[in-house]
Amino acid sequence: MPLISPWRGDFPGILALQREGQIYLDSAATAQKPQVMLDALLGYYAGGAANVHRARHLAAERATVAFEASRAAVARWLNAQSPAQILFTSNATEAFNLVAYGLEHEFQAGDEIAISALEHHANLLPWQQLCQRRGLRLVVLPLDEQGKVDLPAAATLIGPRTRLLAVSQLSNVLGTWQPLTELIALARAQGALTLVDGAQGIVHGRHDPTALGCDFYVFSGHKLYGPDGVGVLHARSEALARLRHWQFGGEMVRVAHYHSAEFHPAPLGFEAGTPAIGPVIALGASLAYLESLDPAACLAHEQALHAHLLTGLRARDGVRLLGAPEAALASFVVDDVHPADLAQLLGDQGVAVRGGSHCAMPLYERIGLPGSVRVSLALYNDGGDLAQFFQALDQALELLR
Amino acid sequence: MSELPAAARQALASFSAASGWEARARLLMQWGDRLQPLEPALQTEANRVQGCESRVWLIAERHQQGWHFRAYSDARLLRGLLAVLLARVDGEDPTRIAQLDLADWFAQLGLSRQLSPSRSNGLNAVLARIGEMVQG
Ligand SMILES: Cc1ncc(COP(=O)(O)O)c(C=O)c1O
Repeated sequence: MPLISPWRGDFPGILALQREGQIYLDSAATAQKPQVMLDALLGYYAGGAANVHRARHLAAERATVAFEASRAAVARWLNAQSPAQILFTSNATEAFNLVAYGLEHEFQAGDEIAISALEHHANLLPWQQLCQRRGLRLVVLPLDEQGKVDLPAAATLIGPRTRLLAVSQLSNVLGTWQPLTELIALARAQGALTLVDGAQGIVHGRHDPTALGCDFYVFSGHKLYGPDGVGVLHARSEALARLRHWQFGGEMVRVAHYHSAEFHPAPLGFEAGTPAIGPVIALGASLAYLESLDPAACLAHEQALHAHLLTGLRARDGVRLLGAPEAALASFVVDDVHPADLAQLLGDQGVAVRGGSHCAMPLYERIGLPGSVRVSLALYNDGGDLAQFFQALDQALELLR
Repeated sequence: MSELPAAARQALASFSAASGWEARARLLMQWGDRLQPLEPALQTEANRVQGCESRVWLIAERHQQGWHFRAYSDARLLRGLLAVLLARVDGEDPTRIAQLDLADWFAQLGLSRQLSPSRSNGLNAVLARIGEMVQG
């Protein structure tokens, strides 16, 4: 059965790249955008821009209503109880930093923060630096052979000193779903807060942070077929109340005097300065688009593509997959071939994949590889993309070996 | 043209005859294979060029008659790029080397895409390092 994407035509970017002879297999870095998102972005600016939450004029009211409608759309997408649990940031990275600074006062020297060995730098460095500022210990949960957090090890490492657990939902390197239910239960049993990096997970299937039981859930709009410039922090109300304000300025302040001020609660209190109004509105359009699709059809398409990718990689001599990828992407190395060489020759043939250490340098250090090549998939990819990738891969390998 | 070192003239002749990514990749690998590996004692952090996804080492010595460079990488294509770079700069007159337009050199070889800012191969970092070395 040919793998056809019924949604490909909705994404002008993928079609434009195709006309240039480019095959886009790097959606885990950032996704192409549906036409409706582009329309919403242009519509907002072309229809008359205005700042939000301030003025009483028509344009401002329209912008504010649209902006807040996006917040409600994100809340719906995550099945949140209230839009007030949704904080907009500039990207996922800023959301991690918000939590790291917002919770800093809760930590005492000797406390522990647990992360996994596969975290993206964005969900590692804010905690590492917080540990350095406060004299905390960063505990790194090891992985099993498949590339999932090793639960028996986690059970011994998450202990009474653990104050926060911060882990990925879906690894951007290994494509493995992490055992979040079990990990969150371990952390909660110790009274620790929990944060989930949903940057990759959010793009594949629907997820409910409340049902997961995590305190914080983070993602970036640009990977979810939305614009760049918008990140989302979803927080449980009780956890939200524990965050201290971290960036100060307009929009987040309720009353200001020269020598003191009072601030808004969340969400506005954590959105200092003019937000990315156009992009936030456009993210709402991306979510409306995604909501209009048949989730079962999307999942089936993604699974079929992924299975095809894995089968093709496994069929090739000397190709070694990193871990046991379950969704969205696969990273691999080839015996006696430097991943940088392979990535370059794929790029030269118009195949857009990522080579390198994928913002997870400590993970590569631990597995002892100089990097890998990562192929990542999205709704708009099809069997033709994969066929061209495999052809390019074979050509590159023939040359390099 | 006539002022180019012999190795550079050779590089120019073979790369300008190459058309297509495959021919260029083959040439880069041939050139890279000729690069003499650095003995492990020289593969130190101090000699490492930072900012490359692959590991790259670069050593420069100033002699009376000119600069002598050695470089190596664990990635083959990058090794080829280093080889054609050294072909241009090795032995170059100390007073002239600082004025060399190395980006133009790669453009002449049809390799300017290797210098685009999004390329993580590290060639830009290598050029910056050479620039610092010959200034200092
Ligand atoms: C797992 C994971 N976490 C966090 C991020 C950071 O996202 P952003 O760069 O949009 O802040 C990424 C994106 O590369 C990611 O893949």
